[in-house]
Amino acid sequence: MVSASQSAATAAAPMPGAPRNWDVNPVLTVEHLTMRFGGLVAVNDLSFNVGRGDITALIGPNGAGKTTVFNCVTGFYKPTEGRTVMRHGDGLLQDLVEEVTAGGLRSVQMGDRAVFLLERMPDFEISHHARVARTFQNIRLFGGMTVLENLMVAQHNVLMKASVFTIGGLLGLPRYRIAEKAAREKAVYWLERTRLIDRADDPAADLPYGDQRRLEIARAMCTEPHLLCLDEPAAGLNPRESQELNALLQFIRAEHGTSILLIEHDMGVVMEISDHVVVLDYGVKIADGDADHVKNDPKVIAAYLGVEDEDEIDIPEVKKDLSTAGKPAGQDGGVA
Amino acid sequence: MEYFVQQLINGLTLGSIYGLIAIGYTMVYGIIGMINFAHGDIFMVGSFIALATFLILTTVFGFVFLPVILLIVLIVAMLFTSAWGWTVERLAYRPLRGSFRLAPLITAIGMSIVLQNFVQVTQGARNKPIPPQIQGGVTIMEGVTENGPIAVQLSYMQMIIIVTTLVLMIGFTLLINRTPLGRAQRACEQDRKMAALLGVNVDRTISLTFVMGAALASVAGLMFLLLYGVIDFYIGFLAGVKAFTAAVLGGIGSLPGAMLGGLLIGLIEVFWSGYFTIEYKDVAAFSILAIVLIFLPSGLLGKPEVEKV
Repeated sequence: MVSASQSAATAAAPMPGAPRNWDVNPVLTVEHLTMRFGGLVAVNDLSFNVGRGDITALIGPNGAGKTTVFNCVTGFYKPTEGRTVMRHGDGLLQDLVEEVTAGGLRSVQMGDRAVFLLERMPDFEISHHARVARTFQNIRLFGGMTVLENLMVAQHNVLMKASVFTIGGLLGLPRYRIAEKAAREKAVYWLERTRLIDRADDPAADLPYGDQRRLEIARAMCTEPHLLCLDEPAAGLNPRESQELNALLQFIRAEHGTSILLIEHDMGVVMEISDHVVVLDYGVKIADGDADHVKNDPKVIAAYLGVEDEDEIDIPEVKKDLSTAGKPAGQDGGVA
Repeated sequence: MEYFVQQLINGLTLGSIYGLIAIGYTMVYGIIGMINFAHGDIFMVGSFIALATFLILTTVFGFVFLPVILLIVLIVAMLFTSAWGWTVERLAYRPLRGSFRLAPLITAIGMSIVLQNFVQVTQGARNKPIPPQIQGGVTIMEGVTENGPIAVQLSYMQMIIIVTTLVLMIGFTLLINRTPLGRAQRACEQDRKMAALLGVNVDRTISLTFVMGAALASVAGLMFLLLYGVIDFYIGFLAGVKAFTAAVLGGIGSLPGAMLGGLLIGLIEVFWSGYFTIEYKDVAAFSILAIVLIFLPSGLLGKPEVEKV
């Protein structure tokens, strides 16, 4: 893992001798992703890697195409062009990637290593097999179901299998009871982690906003993802909640080894917890590197502040403004 | 009093049949928001399958023990009718999912006509009678009215219908509330796309919803056959409209609502014919529907749609 302090601020090209985690051990590779809606090009020829075990932030001004990238990765949209490779197992797995691409397959598995081409998979398999989970900017809980049930739906496939397509569930087979108990325990574990255990039997729609956000993360984690995609998890949270979120994400990464890809406007969150930052503007990648590198990139500053010419950015106040964004949450980054 | 109790029993019996069909309407509406107008005809197909199985068992194989015959007929009818329900969804509705709103409605009407005509052509347009199978009953009350003595009869047939419906309803409620499939169905009702992103196979869940609806309709079809002893290719239309009315009355999308609506429509019809005129029983049922919907637009047990802003 590359820590924020380790790399120099200038690394536009890969530094020799210091291969970065996302280049050598990516969990997800997005290659030449293009998404067009009619004449509108929302994402244009975008390539980036998400390192295994990293927290990767996807940032950019409004309308830069961040959510579109998420939608392509998680099967919400079928991308117009491009390849999205999801890997289970360390390293680049180049042999498997070539095999699956050339063979016209959706996925290939060899022992505990597997490669999935997400753009070829139907949406429910992306969660079930490729193990990519996501949350939404506008929260999408099953509002009429209880908090606990929301987490049980996320374990649908395990339970469906254990209940022999529900028949066993009706008859109360021991095998199903055991699976149901395990699912409930996992749900309780995540409810405790997200401090929602007291609300387990309330309808999800009755929770306050901050709790709903955490519930969405808990629900996504119940699918046991290898990659967790969070669309603006800190939006609408107060500074204290935002701090809690950081802690939760770091816990998820440390304890469960889940790689995290997040879209975020709160620069406090981004700069504090990200190992890797990818910056989009008008559907094109303009910077890619660790937090320090990106923060000082003139193109990024220009994109956020809307400056035509990069040279104009040599204003001390502006630079100072951006660098305060690196401080803990609670201070407005001034760039949202 | 005795007369009232007798009508109550008759009404509950009829209402049970309506309720079983109504569940199919309400479930499909709940999950994909379309009115499956072919559902009444699935019920009709179910009763024809029951009839055919019954005749094959009694005449070809020479079965005589009635409970065994009925059990086999029930299972065969449920299996084959489910297959019909599944096929209708697969052929006529799934390709149009995501199309404009009226498209599935129009295909559903088309499917209804197809099924009716298919049965008419293959089975003939004439009534198909079977001799009454389950006779007798118990007298639970006796009394005297101005027209002479009256005995309240609860026939075995009525008992079977009410008990079967009760058992199915309990099983079904458990399925929806306690099993992963039921949870997936409820999740799909609220947000199909999100359910898919959590690994739920939405297409399969929808198919299974049609299968369950068809299975319940086939039970209703068998009961109708045994209760009235005569079926034809057109019974699906009126029964379908009545059951649809029941689903709307109870609050479309709500399972207990469908059952309650079914019972109410059955009771209204029977009481109206018992106390007023039999010719206007349908008018009575539909008028009550209209009145209820004026004051409770989302039905008796339906949840009003709250638009979140």
